Amino acid sequence: MSLDVVAQYVMNGAMLGMMYALVAVGFTLFFGVLDIIQFSHGDVVTVGAFAGLAAWTLLTAAGVTSPAVLLLAVVVVAAAVTALLGAGVARFIVLPVKSAPQLNVLLVTLMGGTVLRECLRLFYPGGSQPKLFPALLPTSGWTFGRFFLRFDNVLLLVSGALLIAGTHLLITRTRLGLAIRAVAQDEETARTMGIDFKRVVLVTFALGSALAAFAGVMDGLYYNEVFFGMGLLLGVIGFASAILGGLGNLYGAIVGGFLFAALQTIGAVALPFASAYKDVFAFAVVILLMAIRPTGLIGERASERV
Amino acid sequence: MRSRGAAVAATAVVTAFAWALLRAESQGAIAALLLLAGAAGFILLKTRWLHALVGAALANERFAQGLAIAAVALLALVLRDDDFALLLVTRVLIVIVACLGLNVQFGYAGVVNFAGASFFGVGGYTAAVLARSTGLPHVLVLLAGGVTAAMAGTVLLLPILRTRGHYAALITIAFALLFRTFLEVNDALGGPQGLKLGEMRIGPIRFNEPVEIGPLEGSFYLKFVAVALVLLALAFVLVLRLERSWIGLALDAVRIDEIAAASFGLDVARWKIAAFTIGNFVIGVAGALSAFMIGFIAPNNYTFAESLVLVSVLLLGGIGNPWGLSLAAAIVIVVPEKLQVIQEYRFLMFATLVVLVLLFRPAGLLPRPLRRLIESSP
Repeated sequence: MSLDVVAQYVMNGAMLGMMYALVAVGFTLFFGVLDIIQFSHGDVVTVGAFAGLAAWTLLTAAGVTSPAVLLLAVVVVAAAVTALLGAGVARFIVLPVKSAPQLNVLLVTLMGGTVLRECLRLFYPGGSQPKLFPALLPTSGWTFGRFFLRFDNVLLLVSGALLIAGTHLLITRTRLGLAIRAVAQDEETARTMGIDFKRVVLVTFALGSALAAFAGVMDGLYYNEVFFGMGLLLGVIGFASAILGGLGNLYGAIVGGFLFAALQTIGAVALPFASAYKDVFAFAVVILLMAIRPTGLIGERASERV
Repeated sequence: MRSRGAAVAATAVVTAFAWALLRAESQGAIAALLLLAGAAGFILLKTRWLHALVGAALANERFAQGLAIAAVALLALVLRDDDFALLLVTRVLIVIVACLGLNVQFGYAGVVNFAGASFFGVGGYTAAVLARSTGLPHVLVLLAGGVTAAMAGTVLLLPILRTRGHYAALITIAFALLFRTFLEVNDALGGPQGLKLGEMRIGPIRFNEPVEIGPLEGSFYLKFVAVALVLLALAFVLVLRLERSWIGLALDAVRIDEIAAASFGLDVARWKIAAFTIGNFVIGVAGALSAFMIGFIAPNNYTFAESLVLVSVLLLGGIGNPWGLSLAAAIVIVVPEKLQVIQEYRFLMFATLVVLVLLFRPAGLLPRPLRRLIESSP
């Protein structure tokens, strides 16, 4: 295999990895503050993509043509909608069942995700079919031999990386981040130190969900298509990536996301039948990895407390 | 004796209502009937009469079971030439069987399984392949559906045993999505178009021909009702016996606290394997019968959303309670089929309903009664 083909695969893998990492960071943040898994996170990603699409449709109908304005509007609307949605999920679905058995938390978020998915399918105009996502970025690029480095892909990768770096700075360098870390470490103690637990949880959910919106818009821009069920795949793989990197560990989630994308890309190259079975292979890898390393490659923070 | 009288009266009312609902044609009449049932159910729940009724049924369990079987048989005979109504009755029976299997996993051992529809599908596809390409007697084909589903489940055993809670849920979700995608891209199993099944035969009985009982003639679905009823009775006995035995006690212990169960010398892995495998077997047999009845299977019947519907049945009915899930299965299957307006919205409705139930009535409609280890006078 020549170098330019390899470069093409690496680029595809990097795009996938960035999306997975953005979703996985959300899972890891939620697990950090509440010790729960937000199973509707994947569907929040879908809502983000559809909110962006709706913003684009409305603005083009209103006569806006500048791609830069449109792009900005798509991203801002998607992030705002999912941030609100994420905080809403935390406030009305997750927090009320926080002290219920783990199974109930799992079911309530899973079914909440189904509600979101079905709402998109039923109530978004034409939502039951895959929708075309507008190409808002220039499709030009640079040619290296047979490898075509697209400008839009580079832009998406760079902005994804900046977002994750920004999240990292927010968590490690600000008062809000300090509060989030305090709650993640010990809820009770954090409360006695005067931290508004509920506010921290809501802000964390808003933050993680806004990152998910970017993953959704990125998915739409990359594949030029959004679909009401796309969050299922992204959610499952994002969660698997978060576990792979060790839940509650921000770097682990990023590593896990890229590792997963690498596995998937290598699988697509190495296995001759893989193109049709791409998703089958991805899910099989999820199951296999969970069998081999159930607590992730980096390992979970705490051991079982009886 | 008074409790028996109450049970007979309640069964009669429920059967009459089921008949009226299944025969009702106009959407207005159906909506009115459902509103009536909703109001009656609300009053029963508020006045705790429902609990009294369930208590009466549990006190005379054999009697209540016989009564339920007789009621379904009577209902089927009265509806004997109404194909659609009988199809619905059979589907409800089959879904109850599948949910009983799921109940062993979720309700007793606490092993989560969000791939119920997939194991149902494994049973269905096994039945289709065997019935098309071998001359195996169809009773054995039904069993083979269960065995294959149980074997397919063993693929997931290792990851499920090594994880718990959310992680195990992720594995079954991944399996459900994998199974559906696999069926769609696989040409050998018919791809998205699916497979057709021939006529089901057991001994001399041909299942696609109308029934003649003396002077009465009836739809061929009556035979499927009969088979499903036998299957349901067997599954019910299996599940109730299991719950009442030491196995049931061990499963409860494993569900409630794995660490405590292990420190009392229970082999947690063994009981989880047992529950998962038994459950999948039951689901697979139900899936095989369902495939024969519909005569045609396709990947679209076995989506993740359908798996979630099965879980909803379990939760709405009250996890761990076979009677509760039977009631919930009837509601979940029949209501969207009869009330056409909500057919399209059924996944949304049930998901919303489950969220509300979990938030406000986490034990379900009919919570599982406490285990009584000492026989006391009722």
